[in-house]
Amino acid sequence: MEAVLVLEDGRAFTGRGFGAVKAIGAGEVVFNTSMTGYQEICTDPSYAGQIVCLTAPQIGNYGTNPDDDEAAKPFVEALIVREFSSIASNWRSAQDCDAYLAAHGIPVLADIDTRALVRHLRAQGVLRGALGAGHPQDELLAGARALPRMEGTDLAKVVTTRTAYDGPRIEANRQGPLVVAYDFGIKRNIVRQLADHGCRVKVIPAQTSAADVLAMKPQGIFLSNGPGDPEPCSYAVQNIRALMGKVPIFGICLGHQLIGLALGGKTYKLKFGHHGGNHPVRHEATGRIEITAHNHNFAVDPDSLPASEVECTHFDLNDGTLEGLRHRSLPLYSVQYHPEAAPGPHDSHYLFADFMKLMGTAP
Amino acid sequence: MPRRSDIHKVIILGSGPIIIGQACEFDYSGAQACKALRADGFEVVLVNSNPATIMTDPELADRTYIEPLTRAYVAEILKRECEPRGGVALLPTVGGQTALNLAVELADAGDLERYGIRLIGASLEAIKKAEDRLLFKDAMKAIGLETPRSRLVNNLRDGLEFATTYPVIIRPSFTLGGTGGGLAYNREEFAAMLVRGLDLSPVHEVLVEETVLGWKEYELEVMRDNADNVIIVCSIENLDPMGVHTGDSITVAPAQTLSDREYQAMRDASLKVIREIGVETGGSNIQYAVNPADGRMVVIEMNPRVSRSSALASKATGFPIAKIAAKLAVGYRLDEISNDITRKTPACFEPTLDYVVVKIPKWQFEKFPGADTTLGPQMKSVGEVMAIGRTFKEALLKGVRSLETGKKRGAMAVAPELLTQRLVSPHPDRLSYVRYALGEGGMSIAEVHEWTGMDPWFLRQIQDISQLEQFLAAAGGLDKVSPDTLRQAKRSGLSDARLAELTGVAESAVLDRRRELGLLPVYKRVDTCAAEFESYTPYMYSTYETEDEAEPTKKKKIAILGSGPNRIGQGIEFDYCCCHAAFALRERGFETIMVNCNPETVSTDYDTSDRLYFEPLTLEDVTRVLEHEKVNGVIVQFGGQTPLNLALPLEQAGFKVIGTSPRSIDLAEDRKRFGALLRRLHIRQPESGTATSVVQAVKVAARIGYPVLVRPSYVLGGRAMAIVYDEAALRRYMELATEYSSDRPILIDRFLEDAIEVDVDALSDGKDVVLGGIMEHIEEAGIHSGDSSCVLPPYSLSPALQQTIQKHTVQLALALKVKGLMNVQYAIAQDGEGKQHVYVLEVNPRASRTVPYVSKATGYPLAKLAALVMSGSAKLRQLLPAEVIERQRIPTGAVYCVKSPVFPWNKFQGADPVLGPEMHSTGEVMGIASTMGEAFAKAQLAAGQPLPAAGTVFFKLRDRDKARGVELARRLHHLGFKLLATRGTAAAFRAAGLEVQSVFKVSEGRPNFVDLLKGGEVTLIVNTPEGRQQFFEEKEIRRTAVQHRIPIVTTLAAAAAAVEAIAARAADAPSVHVLQHLHQQLAAKPAAG
Ligand SMILES: Nc1ncnc2c1ncn2[C@@H]1O[C@H](COP(=O)(O)OP(=O)(O)O)[C@@H](O)[C@H]1O
Ligand SMILES: Nc1ncnc2c1ncn2[C@@H]1O[C@H](COP(=O)(O)OP(=O)(O)O)[C@@H](O)[C@H]1O
Ligand SMILES: [Mg+2]
Ligand SMILES: [Mg+2]
Repeated sequence: MEAVLVLEDGRAFTGRGFGAVKAIGAGEVVFNTSMTGYQEICTDPSYAGQIVCLTAPQIGNYGTNPDDDEAAKPFVEALIVREFSSIASNWRSAQDCDAYLAAHGIPVLADIDTRALVRHLRAQGVLRGALGAGHPQDELLAGARALPRMEGTDLAKVVTTRTAYDGPRIEANRQGPLVVAYDFGIKRNIVRQLADHGCRVKVIPAQTSAADVLAMKPQGIFLSNGPGDPEPCSYAVQNIRALMGKVPIFGICLGHQLIGLALGGKTYKLKFGHHGGNHPVRHEATGRIEITAHNHNFAVDPDSLPASEVECTHFDLNDGTLEGLRHRSLPLYSVQYHPEAAPGPHDSHYLFADFMKLMGTAP
Repeated sequence: MPRRSDIHKVIILGSGPIIIGQACEFDYSGAQACKALRADGFEVVLVNSNPATIMTDPELADRTYIEPLTRAYVAEILKRECEPRGGVALLPTVGGQTALNLAVELADAGDLERYGIRLIGASLEAIKKAEDRLLFKDAMKAIGLETPRSRLVNNLRDGLEFATTYPVIIRPSFTLGGTGGGLAYNREEFAAMLVRGLDLSPVHEVLVEETVLGWKEYELEVMRDNADNVIIVCSIENLDPMGVHTGDSITVAPAQTLSDREYQAMRDASLKVIREIGVETGGSNIQYAVNPADGRMVVIEMNPRVSRSSALASKATGFPIAKIAAKLAVGYRLDEISNDITRKTPACFEPTLDYVVVKIPKWQFEKFPGADTTLGPQMKSVGEVMAIGRTFKEALLKGVRSLETGKKRGAMAVAPELLTQRLVSPHPDRLSYVRYALGEGGMSIAEVHEWTGMDPWFLRQIQDISQLEQFLAAAGGLDKVSPDTLRQAKRSGLSDARLAELTGVAESAVLDRRRELGLLPVYKRVDTCAAEFESYTPYMYSTYETEDEAEPTKKKKIAILGSGPNRIGQGIEFDYCCCHAAFALRERGFETIMVNCNPETVSTDYDTSDRLYFEPLTLEDVTRVLEHEKVNGVIVQFGGQTPLNLALPLEQAGFKVIGTSPRSIDLAEDRKRFGALLRRLHIRQPESGTATSVVQAVKVAARIGYPVLVRPSYVLGGRAMAIVYDEAALRRYMELATEYSSDRPILIDRFLEDAIEVDVDALSDGKDVVLGGIMEHIEEAGIHSGDSSCVLPPYSLSPALQQTIQKHTVQLALALKVKGLMNVQYAIAQDGEGKQHVYVLEVNPRASRTVPYVSKATGYPLAKLAALVMSGSAKLRQLLPAEVIERQRIPTGAVYCVKSPVFPWNKFQGADPVLGPEMHSTGEVMGIASTMGEAFAKAQLAAGQPLPAAGTVFFKLRDRDKARGVELARRLHHLGFKLLATRGTAAAFRAAGLEVQSVFKVSEGRPNFVDLLKGGEVTLIVNTPEGRQQFFEEKEIRRTAVQHRIPIVTTLAAAAAAVEAIAARAADAPSVHVLQHLHQQLAAKPAAG
């Protein structure tokens, strides 16, 4: 059935609705250029509050399966694709993409000129939008304009876990270091990676106090990825300040931005963000280039960081965005991109091994 | 590490003649490498035996050697190019398997060391590790990757011992296009295949392997720099599962049915592989098989070089692999090279596609009756098309119509009774059958998957198309089809022609309806980044979407229509001409717009022309582009028959076809009117007539006199042509001849026997006419011009004859008002009194197959000059020196240039490897030398048919030839050869006092000549076919010859040349020539340069 996306600037894209056709999806519209991993993208909590347009034109081809969920449910507000597959073909597929998203109330807009939308976003920067089937366009437009802007919104505390929980392989990793992971919207593959490296992972709510964390006597603290603007998350920034230097800290994405703020830096919003699996990042120490998975709308301004304390370790080759930093004296480092990469290339897995070293527990 | 400072000169090896499995994609990669390295200030030396390539253009390298790609010749070149202070490198990774193997040979023979030349791009170890099937397997094991169970064998016994369960697959080492490979379903088949495979592998090794038939096949294009940065440029998924060579599979980019986990596993594996094999810099191609049932992945092979697939990947992504590979080879890092398309971002990234690319191979089995048409591990396609669409459906159907099969698509192309068989055993028509099965055939996706092993996702797409077609057919007329459905149809890639067919209206009616509805295509850009960054390169494809990105300019612009998929008779030579048109017009300030659908070519390189439209060459697709661009003119005369067929319709559609007018082109092909013209000009032509019935044919033939040459009037490339010696044969032909009617009669010409054939390429601006060259064929008329060797300058034509030819050519050019290029084929035959007469066989007022060869031989770029004339940029007088205009002829140098064809017989066992009026060669080479004999010898050597220096020559001559044959036999005897002949021929030789051993024919008893040929002492065969009577005998000879790679000549003329050649070769050591120097010796270059 016919469905339409209306952007805050009034531009509309009409196509066909799938998934939860009845539902309205409203949020900041961004595009992701990954060619694989639509399920991981849909279930990445960092996409809370966003409608994702996938540039890869054929989506849903290999269906969905429980193993590829990055969280308990999809977090995108809605999905926009060029052609939505009417068949799921893969030995691992448990449910086709349409049914899967419908079951979770996620609307899908297909058959639109996604490339035109991407070019529009590239020119205008991210825009708020609303999409749905059978709703008058002015209603959708009003809906889009009524949305709070991403800037100044703390979504981490919305998506974070309510109660602490243990990561996988706790038993197997009995001897391993205890890593307390702040959940600002953590992806399962991060927890899996830490566990695979031998850590006992305890995932905790975003607002857990530094004192409570220290009481757990962790060997390492992990600051997760997550949605929204880092700036309003002052509670997290304070906790980080309180923990810095006491325990080795590793941060990814939002975690990286929060560290940036904790170190006295500033964050800013990118025009249309980095969302994709093909971003070249230079590791300044080695000069090596990593092909990395990105998903961020905000970034830390390198010039705002105290050069005496902070070393900028990684930069994006496409636009020079700061992609990684470490503290010169304290056991603390972070990357803006996604070394756990789900979806995405595995070039940066070494960062987890580095964390083991930092915790002094590397084999 | 930026540019290496320890190298200042790079020697690039090309890939030689176009053969199946190694086509013009290596001209594309080689040309890119030359350009990139030169732009970077390196001295570039190029070696390639193929004159039809852009890379052998004198401008592309500092020194170009058109010489045989054999160790002896290349070593000679290395000797000349090496320098005491060093700094000279050899780049073997852009010239396909040929260059790679040659590099190994040079290294193993110590030549590289001897001359202090470094191998760059891939180390010897890496090449061996990747190409030696066994070393490769061990390497894979070492890094924990699976490969199918297998054993490397070098003899039959080991093979039979290993192969306990069938089918097994045979994969020779160091070969390409799966040459010598095959699937054996039983012991007997296996034994035969193994023997052949061992013979064809340069190292006499084959891998006998467990089959993983039906698994999904993938390819990844990987690049690595010397700082160990590795990227994946593109993933390619084969629609046809394992068992069909990737070159014969319909392939799709990017991979469509892999989840991120599966894809990343493959990516991780690729990084490991390229590191383990140790390809320090450049591109590699790695093939995988994935079990659809459980995702188990095995590595099939790696090509440590730029490959056929990397050309495809480059065109599919906009990422120029060969160009980057060349830069990496000389020290640059990926992050130091910028992305041409986005400019702002570096080449160190992984392209992302927001469209789907489909490649479909083109086969030409119809030219090889008797050949096995099932597809397998050995590549058999002669060319390919690529299509880009926003969805797989759109790309697939654009690809299908790019093929120019002439066949109607869909159901009508299939024979229901063959359904199961066609689905089960891979075959060129399999796609049509799949479509039928999922449509009218009423089969389920599950069933078709069961039969074909194709992934259900693809099958669903094809089913959608079939069902949409059925729906349209049932609509009851175009006016009954709703706008939405029509839009859906166009978005799914259905052509107007197909829609017209389905709804029973004229194609024009569909277009009219679409115009009403405003249902026209837009053009999107291939930009490597899914629009994340701005694109500065107008590389476009059509699609039915809302936003157009073509942004046509207001400049003065000319469109050049390419030649579509490579095929026998229409290949790289025409692409060469199209590229030259683009180069020349660009120099003169025109905006050049290329339209083509062949991913292998230089013409589809986005920096060959100002704007590139990757589109099918059908009237519908071409017209839309020309409309969209509002071109000032279009060139159809350079791309061969494909664009030429569009000449009239395009003119009718109101586009300006520049150069020779479509009417003249038409006149030249209209036998009646053309015949009249020749009579008016008093130019001879073989008597001829047309027939629409057997009776009529017999009458005409009787009038003309036998032998006659018969052919249907609508075919090209000499298809279905036959030489008929008597009435019985004529009746047989007419019986078999495919349909003929009053508007499509059978053409009957007197066949000129023992005539010398001559090709002429000429330039005209309507006022002046200049002959580019008079090429004398070595084989006599009757052997297709594309299949016979030819010589420039002519070696036996009297000045008088040459004058006549020149006069006729000038007359014809003026009469046909040629503006641009014209090709004329003449035959020189003797009459009763032994007086020689010049006959015109055919005139083509367009670029011809021989244009690049003539241009290389003379140094005058005919195609460029023609383009300038056609566009009205200049008159010949402004482009050529006065004396050339005066003499009406471009001077030829002191050297002889011989062009020799290359045949694909070894890929088509069962086909009769005899030459005739139908063309069979896939490519050509050129031999340059100061004597005709040596030039011919070099050409033969380069063509892979080295003439022997000693041994036994086997003769089987038809009666007419026996007298002249005696003289040749005598010369060979003096050159130290033993003589062997069938009894008749032997008798003639003995009568002339020659010592000769006679041998039985197959029909006479044993040991017959086939036994002796297999015996191995025979090193040359001279067999002039008797025609019908001895058909079987001679087919046997030729087959055995091809199997055992014994050079065979089938005409006395060629035999004579061969004897010259053998004499010459016996005389001296390898002599090599620098093309640029030869050209300097000739007249000063024309203004056009
Ligand atoms: N073990 C196998 N089982 C089934 N098919 C195979 C196997 N190995 C190779 N093939 C098929 O044979 C084709 C050619 O093999 P390959 O080694 O790639 O030859 P080439 O070096 O000429 O490309 C492959 O594309 C694949 O389809
Ligand atoms: N009348 C003839 N006598 C002898 N040979 C001929 C005659 N006509 C054509 N041929 C041979 O057949 C070949 C193909 O004929 P042609 O008309 O050139 O077909 P095509 O259009 O495929 O080039 C020629 O190259 C020539 O060798
Ligand atoms: Mg292969
Ligand atoms: Mg190979």
